Amino acid sequence: MDVGIAGYGAYVPRHRIKVEEIAKVWGADAPAYKKGLMLREKSVPTPDQDTITLSVEAARHAVRRAGVEPRRIGAIYIGSESHPYAVKPSGTVVAEALGMTPEVHCADFEFACKAGSEGMFVALSLARAEEMDYALAIGADTSQGAPGDALEYSASAGAAAFIMGRDRLVAVCEATYSFMTDTPDFWRREHQFYPRHAGRFTGEPAYFRHTAACARGLMEKSGTRPDDFRWAVFHQPNGKFPMRVAQELGFPRAKVEEGWLCPTLGNTYSGASPLGLTAVLDVAAPGDRILMVSYGSGSGSDGFIWRVTPRIEEVRDLAPRTRAQLEDHPVYIDYGTYAKFRGKIRKPCE
Amino acid sequence: MIGTARYWREIPQRYRYEAARCTACAHVAFPPRTLCAKCRGRAFEPCTLAGEGVVETFTVIRVAPAGYADEAPYAVGLIRLTDGVRLMAQVVDCDLARLAIGDRVRVEFRRIRQDGESGILCYGYKFVPAT
Ligand SMILES: [Zn+2]
Repeated sequence: MDVGIAGYGAYVPRHRIKVEEIAKVWGADAPAYKKGLMLREKSVPTPDQDTITLSVEAARHAVRRAGVEPRRIGAIYIGSESHPYAVKPSGTVVAEALGMTPEVHCADFEFACKAGSEGMFVALSLARAEEMDYALAIGADTSQGAPGDALEYSASAGAAAFIMGRDRLVAVCEATYSFMTDTPDFWRREHQFYPRHAGRFTGEPAYFRHTAACARGLMEKSGTRPDDFRWAVFHQPNGKFPMRVAQELGFPRAKVEEGWLCPTLGNTYSGASPLGLTAVLDVAAPGDRILMVSYGSGSGSDGFIWRVTPRIEEVRDLAPRTRAQLEDHPVYIDYGTYAKFRGKIRKPCE
Repeated sequence: MIGTARYWREIPQRYRYEAARCTACAHVAFPPRTLCAKCRGRAFEPCTLAGEGVVETFTVIRVAPAGYADEAPYAVGLIRLTDGVRLMAQVVDCDLARLAIGDRVRVEFRRIRQDGESGILCYGYKFVPAT
């Protein structure tokens, strides 16, 4: 029995800030940052956008492509590290907005940047187990980096949504694999506003080890090699890491570029590899195989192999494509507006 | 400031744009009513508002009421939807200097208000440029 993606959707906010604009405030070397991070600009949410609103828009696009009555979707899992409420799941609001209530199982997931793929794995597994006809998984974030920190150049906003099921499939899941250890490369303690990271430690033992091991484990489990894939999508905390891990694994640049959104989108955390997957689905042909590997600090990776079906061609234009949202009509803002949008300016208590 | 109970009651309209169409004259009531404003009919069927429309008129708020001060300046528009319904809502993600009557807009789900630092977050509809 096939199980996979019946509908997918993306949402990218319209506002952008360029690396130069952030660098000039902190006296940093913009060309060095752009080269080091392979990143030119990033998306910025407005004050009225958060993980809940981005999720609603992405999920509405997924529902349109799936062509499924929302009440038939039996679960909603939103993965994010920026849920607006500390207590009250984002999924409650999103499910209500979509018209999925009240017969729905709901949980918010957290695992740094891999919370979205966690939701995808669980939704997929519930559909496979025939617990429900369809299950919705969303990866969304409006993440913040501390002012002046390297993360400020990349932490951005976006959401991707997937309706998993057994019919109406646009992509069949051929295999999954997860790889996780206790590796403290990035964290945020309770009540702290900004996350902290272990600098260079975030690279080798964290991102590269887990992402590569997950991809290798997935290919071994499924008996596949890089040649068997038309596309590959990796978590993209900056532009450089996914390209380097792809090279290590033997995926040429041409297979990675389509889902490589980071240079103009930034790091959408839980939305990152899921959004990359939506961009690939926007252009993939029936029969194409896609390898997708997420990464979440802490640390772990979820891997998926997707095989695109002919139905993709009927549904991809039922909602806005990911790159169109990224490239059409961006609104560039200065650092002052950015600081106001992101609540970085201290105001007197009301 | 609206209360939590009222906000909760209005969720079908705020989140899902649920309206009612008069079965006699097809007039769409938003929010739903028990008596048709046009033909006095009392029979309605549920419907959902069209997600697109045009700006019929608008104003730019520069001195905002309490709770919205950080958002100023912002535009509030009278939107005429493609199904004929008119409603008032914020028009966002637009260049206020270029916003014009007749601009095509579409609905998006946004945060409308937050009840201080610790109260509930209120969500609902706003409009953005259609292109
Ligand atoms: Zn009537």
